[in-house]
Amino acid sequence: MSDLGNIIKKEVRELLTPATIIPVVVMAFVFGAMGYMIGGIAEEAKEKPTIGVINEDNSPLSEIATGVLDNQANVVYSPTNGVNISEGLERVEEEGGAALLVIPSGFSENIYENYPGKIRIYWIMRGAGTMDSVPSQVVDALIQVINREISRNLVEEESPVDPDVTLDPIETSETTIFKGKEIEGLSPGTISGMLSSQSITIPLIMMLIIMMAGGTVITSMGMEKENKTLETLLTLPVKRNYIVIGKIVGSAIVGLVMAAIFMVGFGWYMQSFQTAEINLADFGLALGPQDYFLVGLSVFVALLAGLSLCMFLGTFAKNYKSAQTLILPVTLLAIIPMFMIIIKDFDTFPAVLKIILFAIPFSHPMMAMRALMFDDYLLVLAGIAYVVIFAAVVMTVVAWIFKSDRLLTGRTKTRGEGVRRLIQPLKS
Amino acid sequence: MVRTLVVEVKDLVKKFGPIRAVNGASFNVSEGEIFGLIGPNAAGKTTILRIVSTLLQITSGSVKVFGHDVVKEADQVRRLISYLPEDAGAYKNLTGRAYLEFIARFFDNGGGTKKIVERGVEIADLRERIYDKVDTYSKGMIRRLLVGRALMTEPKLAILDEPTSGLDVTNAREIREIIKKSAKRGTTVLLSSHNMLEVEFLCERIALINNGEIVEEGNAPGLKKRYRAENLEEVFTKVVS
Repeated sequence: MSDLGNIIKKEVRELLTPATIIPVVVMAFVFGAMGYMIGGIAEEAKEKPTIGVINEDNSPLSEIATGVLDNQANVVYSPTNGVNISEGLERVEEEGGAALLVIPSGFSENIYENYPGKIRIYWIMRGAGTMDSVPSQVVDALIQVINREISRNLVEEESPVDPDVTLDPIETSETTIFKGKEIEGLSPGTISGMLSSQSITIPLIMMLIIMMAGGTVITSMGMEKENKTLETLLTLPVKRNYIVIGKIVGSAIVGLVMAAIFMVGFGWYMQSFQTAEINLADFGLALGPQDYFLVGLSVFVALLAGLSLCMFLGTFAKNYKSAQTLILPVTLLAIIPMFMIIIKDFDTFPAVLKIILFAIPFSHPMMAMRALMFDDYLLVLAGIAYVVIFAAVVMTVVAWIFKSDRLLTGRTKTRGEGVRRLIQPLKS
Repeated sequence: MVRTLVVEVKDLVKKFGPIRAVNGASFNVSEGEIFGLIGPNAAGKTTILRIVSTLLQITSGSVKVFGHDVVKEADQVRRLISYLPEDAGAYKNLTGRAYLEFIARFFDNGGGTKKIVERGVEIADLRERIYDKVDTYSKGMIRRLLVGRALMTEPKLAILDEPTSGLDVTNAREIREIIKKSAKRGTTVLLSSHNMLEVEFLCERIALINNGEIVEEGNAPGLKKRYRAENLEEVFTKVVS
């Protein structure tokens, strides 16, 4: 082998280790899964939307509208006689549909009298993620098609309707039904936009806190080992639990400070996109003091769980460099729920993804605020309970590791040894 | 006069997987004594010191410090000991003095940390450099700081792993003197070393260790006489062969 080949072989052996490969494989898997998810949403956008149509007008113009809808949507509810909005909404919801469109009597008459024809839309919103409003956007596009078709019809029949109405003959009024709340005058897209601070900013803050505080914990453990200070620390007259808690709390403070500094800059950046202030309370979406307490509790327990997990990973760190590698799994666990929650709501995920999202402790504070706005206390409380149990289990494992040889030797006693020690008293 | 037993090591076995790092070692250290463990690399010296320091678990056998079991009563043992690992370091972002203050706070029993720190500063003898960050210290300076750290609390038992490792002749000599002075003030010392001359100079009694076993024990003059050797190196060679 040539000298160059020898060096290349050595470099590859040094660098290509499970510690370097596994995170990349996991990352590839995550991107693959996300691609699959987004691909599914793209397919959803291509599919005909499922809707219900109530035509109370039965005029030529309203027939144009229903014709367009029959052709380009999957109409699951269209009663020929009798108007029952509740029944229609129930049916559309059962079928997983996006909206119930009601064309009231007088629709055509209005247009011919130079007033826009009104279509009432009852949106059925299932999630507040950015991708959850895709079906409603497809229906919105159909309304534009109806608008154009009626406009063309008015032009073709040379009707004496006001040119402004001829060009734009339809007006919609909207009610969105989301998690049991009826929100008047807003479409799912608008609501989704209004909740963007809950959908994007909060998951992002949480991700940053976890990454920065978690990174500090793992690095601290790596540095203790690299600087050879751990052995001294472990022989001091201080409880091992205090060492664990001290590291977690210290890192949490550092992580929070770092995340706060970052968020100041990010806040300014986000402000530049906001055109108008929207008061969520006007739409019954305000949080009460108990809700803020639950959000705070959710953040606190998730931080505790995250840092315990980081502490656990930190025990594997041999030095600063290996600590940096160990941060990656935590980063992934923070990034995955962040993207998932930005894209879609917990309720709109398939069961498997719901389980994954629930199992990741960092998901819960990311979802808490949005869930509380819609009074979904069960999800928030169950999440807090789960994260507390998760943190307790991980902390117990960490405390056990701190009492074992693993911290210094990188291994604990083998299973055989353990069994032999157990049976030794029985033999003697 | 019967001296109190400070360290009692009995049939100590420590295994790391299939490797027996310590293989049935037994020895005692009495109060006020400087006891040396000498042997080649990987003989098991550091493992024994780490076990006495409550850092490692025991596979079998027992180790007691002032009558406290190092596994079951680790917290009590830690109040009595001070351990100086061979390649120990200090927190690089702290000054030498801040590092001593950090450690001293764990040992403050009402007498104030200042007194402990002043003792550490005196032992380390780094003059004005004690106010500089550890990051700027040479290896010798860090070692002096760590010796100061280990002895400033006037521990009942000081466990020193290769205390003069990596030091030049002058520094090594000074640290040996510091250890002797500490012992005179009542600290029992259990140390390990490769340096047979150092052990001969410092220790009242020594144990020769090889492959995890104590192969000989006694005082330096007695051992030299028994093996008709001029120095401990020769004793060790004869014992092992």
